[in-house]
Amino acid sequence: MCTVCGCGAGESKIEGGAHDHAHDHNHDHGHEHSHVQADGTVVTHRHDHAGEHAHGPEEAPLGVHAHTHRHADGSEHSHAHGHDGEHAHSHPHDEPHHEHGVSADLDYGAGPAGAHVPGLSQARMVQIEQDILSKNNTYAVANRRWFDERGIFALNLVSSPGSGKTTLLVKTIELLKAKVAISVVEGDQQTSNDAERIRATGVAALQINTGKGCHLDGHMVGHALQRLKPADDSLFLIENVGNLVCPAAFDLGEHHKVAILSVTEGEDKPLKYPDMFRAADVLLLNKVDLLPYLEFDADLAEANARRVNPHLTIFRVSATSGDGLSAWLNWIEAGLEAQRGQRGETVAALKQRVAELERQMEQMQAAK
Amino acid sequence: MHEMSLAEGVLQLVEETAQREQAQRVKLIVLEIGRLSSVEPDALRFCFEAVTHGSIAQGAALEIVDVPGAGWCMPCGETVPMTESFGACPRCGSYQVQPTGGTEMRVKEIEIE
Repeated sequence: MCTVCGCGAGESKIEGGAHDHAHDHNHDHGHEHSHVQADGTVVTHRHDHAGEHAHGPEEAPLGVHAHTHRHADGSEHSHAHGHDGEHAHSHPHDEPHHEHGVSADLDYGAGPAGAHVPGLSQARMVQIEQDILSKNNTYAVANRRWFDERGIFALNLVSSPGSGKTTLLVKTIELLKAKVAISVVEGDQQTSNDAERIRATGVAALQINTGKGCHLDGHMVGHALQRLKPADDSLFLIENVGNLVCPAAFDLGEHHKVAILSVTEGEDKPLKYPDMFRAADVLLLNKVDLLPYLEFDADLAEANARRVNPHLTIFRVSATSGDGLSAWLNWIEAGLEAQRGQRGETVAALKQRVAELERQMEQMQAAK
Repeated sequence: MHEMSLAEGVLQLVEETAQREQAQRVKLIVLEIGRLSSVEPDALRFCFEAVTHGSIAQGAALEIVDVPGAGWCMPCGETVPMTESFGACPRCGSYQVQPTGGTEMRVKEIEIE
């Protein structure tokens, strides 16, 4: 559900995906296990975990969790359990990126009275302190971490429909594909036309159809990552649904939002839709080859954009004539370089840490 | 439309918390809505009543804490009060103002039993 315009959710389809599911699910599953006691009797009992889990694009098919359990008859065992706060269990579904964080402590003594009496009121305040969009942000943070760990540079391209996003993307890919691995996610309400246009350039593309939805969200992109498996140190491009309103509020985990404004639109678009231009770091003023035929004031458009976002980096480009594309490509390459450098630093830091720990172990062994 | 979907977002957070806390009923919901968040509190109240109907939060009181708008004006080099998002600085008239307060849309706390 889009919290900006109220459009529907649960209708999004990822191209090639056999499953069409809405994902906020809770697990209330039980399991059974046996203990052999010292005297040889076997005690079999069941217990349940109730809890929710968050999805992250993590390769963690098995959950690790701690739990407390009580026996139905109220008895307590004095024998030791085989599990020490951690156990793995398999699930009927096999999506590879589920991360289970189950915390389902049943604490009936948490109320002001410090005890639970059925039927007696225990009104209490619970702090939530959460942003209304926090769920999406959790997915976005996981996506961003995934990109950063692999040195991938991710861009989210946003604009109104018809600004030339796909043409610009095709041109950018053609000019860069010899230098860097590229994968693309295409968001549209319907059809896979755009993904087909991208695939014609020879790079991997995945279409996400949002159905009634007006934007991509962090969760959809997380699924797309699993499907596309972008290479390390590669460029990951997300073409959002053509819409200048809702995608501004949804972080997908990208490093930068790139807004595209074409000169066949009005100069005042940044003022009419300030949220999007505020959310973007880069503005591409597209179709500049048409300027001689239009009454479009490019300087005024740039001034309007800078008014809502003084930090914008602006490039004037034309995807058809190729004007100004080199500056845009240089910017992408600088971003890729920075991502790789950052990843290199992380790897170097980890290696250093491992070396340090090994040295400490050696010292401990020597001390023995 | 905007407020209707926000109300659903609020309800989702409230239901999750209520379920986790094993609550029977939600009595009060406290939201923080900034003046620069482009949310209409009256419209939100109206929608909230509609979406909570039949849920654990049915009949819950809704308290909306108004957070005044503030921005950091770069030319003035100080925090100035703001009445509209992306508006001009009330002191110098510059548009180089970064909103620093009043953009919140948060569920602060709930009272349950």
